[in-house]
Amino acid sequence: MNMGKIVTIIIALAVAIGGAIWWQMNQVDPEDAKLAGAEACFIYVGPVGDFGWSYQHDQGRLAVEKELGVKTAYLESVPEGADAERAIERMARSGCKIIFTTSFGYMDATNKIAAKFPDVKFEHATGYKRDHANVSTYSSKFYEGRYIQGVIAARISKTGVAGYIASFPIPEVVRGINAFILGAQSEDPDFKLKVVWVNTWFDPGKESDAAKTLIDQGVDVITQHTDSTAAMQVAAERGVHAFGQASDMIEFGKETQLTAIIDDWAPYYVERTKAVMDGSWGQIDVWHGMDHGNVVMAPYTNMPDDVAALAKATEAKITSGEFTPFTGPVIKQDGSEWLKWNEVSDIGTLLGMNFYVEGVDDKLPN
Amino acid sequence: MGLTEAILLTIFTAATPLLIASLGELVSERSGVLNLGVEGMMIMGAISGFAFAQITGSPYLGAVSAILVGSLFSMLFAFLTITLVANQVATGLALTILGLGVSGLWGESYIGVAGIKMEPIVIPVLSQLPVVGKLLFSQDLIFYSSIALLVGVTWFLFRSRTGLVLRAVGDSHHSAHALGISVIKTRYLAVAFGGGCAGLAGAHLSLVYTPQWVENMSAGRGWIALALVVFASWRPLRILAGAYLFGAITIAQLHIQAIDLRDIEFLPSALFSLAELIKAMPSQALSALPYLATIIVLVIISGNRRLTLMNTPASLGKGFVPDR
Amino acid sequence: MRLELEKRAESSASFALISPFLALGLTLFAGSIMFSLLGHNPIRAMYIYFIEPLSETWSLHELAIKAAPLILIATGLSLCFRSSNWNIGAEGQFTMGAVAGSIIPVLMPEQNGLWVLPMMLLCGIVGGALWGSIPALLKNRFGANEILTSLMLVYVAGLFLDWIVRGPWRNPGGYNFPETRGFSAGQILPEILDSGRAHYGALFALLGVIIAWFVLARTIKGFEIQVVGEAPRAARFAGFDTKKTTLYVFLVCGGFAGLAGICEVSGAIQQLRPVISPGYGFTAIIVAFLGRLNPLGIFAAGIILALSYLGGEAAQISLGVSNKIGNVFQGLLLFFVLACDTLIHYRLKLVPTRDGAGIAQEATHGAD
Repeated sequence: MNMGKIVTIIIALAVAIGGAIWWQMNQVDPEDAKLAGAEACFIYVGPVGDFGWSYQHDQGRLAVEKELGVKTAYLESVPEGADAERAIERMARSGCKIIFTTSFGYMDATNKIAAKFPDVKFEHATGYKRDHANVSTYSSKFYEGRYIQGVIAARISKTGVAGYIASFPIPEVVRGINAFILGAQSEDPDFKLKVVWVNTWFDPGKESDAAKTLIDQGVDVITQHTDSTAAMQVAAERGVHAFGQASDMIEFGKETQLTAIIDDWAPYYVERTKAVMDGSWGQIDVWHGMDHGNVVMAPYTNMPDDVAALAKATEAKITSGEFTPFTGPVIKQDGSEWLKWNEVSDIGTLLGMNFYVEGVDDKLPN
Repeated sequence: MGLTEAILLTIFTAATPLLIASLGELVSERSGVLNLGVEGMMIMGAISGFAFAQITGSPYLGAVSAILVGSLFSMLFAFLTITLVANQVATGLALTILGLGVSGLWGESYIGVAGIKMEPIVIPVLSQLPVVGKLLFSQDLIFYSSIALLVGVTWFLFRSRTGLVLRAVGDSHHSAHALGISVIKTRYLAVAFGGGCAGLAGAHLSLVYTPQWVENMSAGRGWIALALVVFASWRPLRILAGAYLFGAITIAQLHIQAIDLRDIEFLPSALFSLAELIKAMPSQALSALPYLATIIVLVIISGNRRLTLMNTPASLGKGFVPDR
Repeated sequence: MRLELEKRAESSASFALISPFLALGLTLFAGSIMFSLLGHNPIRAMYIYFIEPLSETWSLHELAIKAAPLILIATGLSLCFRSSNWNIGAEGQFTMGAVAGSIIPVLMPEQNGLWVLPMMLLCGIVGGALWGSIPALLKNRFGANEILTSLMLVYVAGLFLDWIVRGPWRNPGGYNFPETRGFSAGQILPEILDSGRAHYGALFALLGVIIAWFVLARTIKGFEIQVVGEAPRAARFAGFDTKKTTLYVFLVCGGFAGLAGICEVSGAIQQLRPVISPGYGFTAIIVAFLGRLNPLGIFAAGIILALSYLGGEAAQISLGVSNKIGNVFQGLLLFFVLACDTLIHYRLKLVPTRDGAGIAQEATHGAD
């Protein structure tokens, strides 16, 4: 037999089986097929494998499954924009009872879909719009951890300069930079901070380039507001210290990591999902920090005992509410006074923060 | 290590994966095959390099497997575009989509695992030389390979008979076929070479540049590599220049952000005001510099049109089916 | 044994019709195997992928929203590609169209007259066309290769958008978050039907397809574009100005992409944000070739690709698979469609291996 015929037959067979599948597909009961039974749903802006922002949210999702036995579903790498709206609507339609939308860019999409599905509860991370009674917003005070990092950096650094790898100039990042320098100045009033903007949340290569740049320019402690572990590895290689971001990165710098700010969304996700299950869910706007276990510091490592003790004491003071990082006196970068002695910043200024405090060696793009 | 030396070292690291992937794509394109799937092959190289380094404990075996996986993966593209003469542009893009998917699945268990770094091999005596010793002779094996590849590809394309054959296939596949050259085999091999290079470039990312695995870690470098081949108007030495220029501007803009101008002594006042001006630019403008510079340099060097035309493979992107 | 192709005397009309179904059959077959291996009911998986998104009204609207920009951009690209102008920077032209179209709603939010929307669309078209003209002018004036310039301008446009929404155009009432103010009612592209979100952008896509088809099939300009692409020497003899054609196709393509950009922003997002496109400009390249650079084919291809995105999402939710599986499946689908297209022009044959591949063997050594 001609080989060409065999190929033709194989292709024809595959197609025939495909056709049979098509026929079978049309026998599927639509309701039956859709039934996934997920009750808590999550939508992420990045891949769950980024080991940063989206990864930590997904850890929270897994905690919901484990602790409550609730079935969950997620969509990853959903671009902000028209796709987000569709993705959220699909979740609402597929029977999700509570939907966590975990990026600022999902804010308007969340509110639009919430209007259409009043029985579904929506939780939007880091936003401020709650146009409907079924939308809550939540965020974490990561800057509390930044302050502690600053305190440690000032004690550890020999050059008196730390480096900050920054992603985008949004209030969240500017808050982090300010909290860091305030923490450092509490120990060393002349401490300096160099900032490099990489204009990306995630590009390991560029993050590593930025870390090398900072080290080459005399920085010996590095902190980052980007997602990957690249900077930690560079710091390890060059023998300087660094702080982990979002996840505990000790694996990537056993003798390098001083501590890390861990985003722990699990307590909040478990609490809110439970509230939906027992019918006690109500609209809230929370900005939790160390007090609720949403911001967790990784173990204080690679530093002298007295510095670790100082860090722990600061952490305890922040956790108990005795102290908040943005407490006066604070002077803005332009020399004007922001906070008077013992004055504590109002939430509005923090939410929209668009200025540096004194001591940051950078100009804020405006 | 002085500042200049350190900066140059950073640039070299940033440029190496671009150089390797571009050289591979150059050979493929010189044979007339435009493979837009570099990003996909690169990310496959990154994950396979990482995975095999983890399994075997040796980054070198990781790199070798990255080359093999890159080549193997490119065969999918080759089968569609060369044997089945499917459209090269669309198939290349589809290959990238597939590569991102497969690498993501493969790498699920490697997230958060510290990678094994390929350590530098210090060459005795030569590494003692000032400046170049550190830059050129205290590097990792993939860096040395990139230089060897540059020399090898240049020699192969312009000094060897088979290189001539390959270029003939890329310039006019019908004439080459008439001369008894197997166009299809030549192109398969060229694509496999391109895939291997992209794989090795990926291994550089996950074993040298940033020894870790994260999804999409190539972050668009495959696209830059593709652009560099065009930038170089299909000539190897210009690829070297392009890759290092791109790397240099990327790193320079980071340094400009971090530097405190008051720290620099003896800076001429004209340079000082220029630096001040650049520092005052928004960071987005600084990030755009490498792309703008590439365009400007291309415009400047495109003056000699005949030379450019001479080096552009005339059959680029066109499918070939032998008449019989 | 070797697979060889034999050119058909003329393109097979029957295979042109059968090929998509052949591809679908093969995709279903391969997809079923893949999902079985992953431990899912293959029939249900395929159902969720291909039928569910088409079985509900809201989902059909979403399909239109997703497909419209792809079709519009790809149609513009087909003109470029037909004339051998390798514009791969439609993503940047999309972005700049969106930015230019947003000038009125951002700077004059109180303007709500009837003239506003047409003006916005016009600005979008002009913005995209101007950005698209840069590679064309650089190519005509300096001989700079358009593949590189158009691609690099994508990154520049992206950073420009990023700068403008974080800087000068930032919403004054938005806590300094990177977004412009929301467009007001008269600046939003209205929905076509009450049953879902699909806006007039979908109609523009349809219109674009018809115009492009008309230009290519019925006008001298269309003929000129094709001659310049397929036989540049003949084009010169015929007195066609290649440079003018280059500029023309880049302007048209940029305009189409710009229109898609402002439609997406005004119709679907309703404000300007740092990210407005999930890579439409790049995906549209696949759509253009999948549609064989033919406006009607592009229409079908755009819908198929949009469907594969929607199906992928449905599978993520209903089956709990990750979007990587979606990527792999989409890649497979594209490969099958591209491979089956070959059958239109060629016959497949298996032939015994011949000897005498000496030259190719030599090439092996060289490639090492």
